[in-house]
Amino acid sequence: MSLYRDEGVVLRTQKLGEADRIITLLTRQHGRIRAVARGVRRTKSKFGARVEPFGHVDVQFFVKGSDFPGRGLPAITQVETLAAFGAPLVSDYAAYTAGTAMLETAERLTDHEGEPALQQYLLLIGALRTLAARAHEPALVLDAFLLRSLAVAGYAPSFGDCARCGLDGPHRFFSVPGGGAVCGDCRPAGSVVPSPETLDLLGALLTGDWAGADASETRYRREGSGLVAAYLQWHLERGIRSLRLVERSS
Amino acid sequence: MYEGAVQDLIDELGRLPGVGPKSAQRIAFHLLAADPADVRRLVNALVEVKDKVRFCTVCGNVAEADQCRICLDPRRDPSVICVVEESKDVVAVEKTREFRGRYHVLGGAISPIEGVGPDDLRIRELMTRLADGEVTELILATDPNLEGEATATYLARLCKPMGLKVTRLASGLPVGGDLEYADEVTLGRAFEGRRLLDV
Ligand SMILES: [Zn+2]
Ligand SMILES: [Zn+2]
Repeated sequence: MSLYRDEGVVLRTQKLGEADRIITLLTRQHGRIRAVARGVRRTKSKFGARVEPFGHVDVQFFVKGSDFPGRGLPAITQVETLAAFGAPLVSDYAAYTAGTAMLETAERLTDHEGEPALQQYLLLIGALRTLAARAHEPALVLDAFLLRSLAVAGYAPSFGDCARCGLDGPHRFFSVPGGGAVCGDCRPAGSVVPSPETLDLLGALLTGDWAGADASETRYRREGSGLVAAYLQWHLERGIRSLRLVERSS
Repeated sequence: MYEGAVQDLIDELGRLPGVGPKSAQRIAFHLLAADPADVRRLVNALVEVKDKVRFCTVCGNVAEADQCRICLDPRRDPSVICVVEESKDVVAVEKTREFRGRYHVLGGAISPIEGVGPDDLRIRELMTRLADGEVTELILATDPNLEGEATATYLARLCKPMGLKVTRLASGLPVGGDLEYADEVTLGRAFEGRRLLDV
C-alpha cells in the first residue's frame, strides 16, 4: 500500500455507483490517470467541488500495491485546489465550449495511462490560464492549443515551407494527409487552396505570435479552424466530440 | 454467471443507474425469494409507468395527461418559469413550497464532452413559451455543477434580448454547517451570491 502525490488537471468525471465518481486527470508526473473519488456526489462532500473538470489540483492517491497507477483504480484521498479554472470559464459560453474541447483533446492525445506527458500537461495548463484570463478570442486559444498539442504528439503541421520536400514557402496548397503546406510539385490529390492570410494566422498560432493572431479577420479564423479540425481528425482515430459544439464568432 | 432467467434479470437490473453487479445480484435473489404477489405489484408498477406516464407538452415534466398537474393548475403564477434539468428537480423545488410559478424541464444539461448541445435539450420549446410576453421572470435552477452553470450561462445570454428578469438560484453554504468546513469553490460562490441584509 502506497501513497502518491501529484498535481493535475481534471479532464473528465464519470458517475460510479451511488455517490462516487471516476476522475480522469492529466498529471504533471504520471500523465493521464484515472482514480476513484469516494462520496463526492453527496452534498456534504468536502472535495466534490474540487474534482470537477477544469480544476487544477494537488492530489494524493492511494494504491493497493507498490506500482502507480497499478492494477485497479487508485483512490483519491486528499485534494487541494491550485487554480479553479471552471468558475471563470462557465460564465463565458464560448470559453467553456473551447475549454471542453481542450480537455477532450488532451485526454485523447495521451494514449497510455500512467505514461508521463509533461509537455502536453504544461500546454494544457497554459491554454486554460490564457482562456480564463480572456485575453484572446476563445476559438483562437483553442486552435493554438490544438496545433501545439499535435506538434507535441509528433504531428506538427507546416504552414510555411513544403511539408514534403522542404522547399521554402509560402506555398498556395494545403494538404491534411500531406502534413500541411505543400509546394506545387509535391501537392497530393485533394489539396486545398486556403487564403494566404489563413496560413499566416495558423503559423502565428503555432508559434505563439498573439499580436499577429489577434489582428486576424473573422473569415480567416473560420477557415483556419476548419483546417485545424480536419488536421486533428486525420491524426485521431475518432473525432473530438465536443469540437462540433465549440462556439465560434460569426 | 447464473443460468438463463436469473442471469437475464441480473443483467437487466445491472443496467439501472447506480446499480452495480453486486447490487443487481442482491436484488435478483431478493425478488426470487419474495412473495409472488409483491413481485406482481412491482411488475404492474413498471408496466403502468410506461403505459400511462407521458411528458407534459408544455413544460416537459412527467404527466398523466397531455399537460402536467402544475401546468393545468390555474392558481400557479404564469408569469414566472423555473427552469430545471429533470423532472426530479421539479419534485425537489415543490417540496420547498417557496415557488408558486411554473416549470420548464430541459431534459438534461449542455455537456459537450458527452456530445449534448443546446439543440438536444428542450430549449427551443422554452423560447416558444417566452415569445408571447406573458412570462416576465425566468429562474435558472439547473444543477450547481459545471454543466448546470454552463447551461444557465447559455440560457441567460439567449434570453437577454427579451428583456426578462433572469435569476439564478443562489448556491452557497449548507444550512447547519460550519463555515470552516466549506470547500473554497462553494465558499467563493457564496461570496458571489451574497445579499444585502436590510435590517
Ligand atoms: Zn515540395
Ligand atoms: Zn407541465
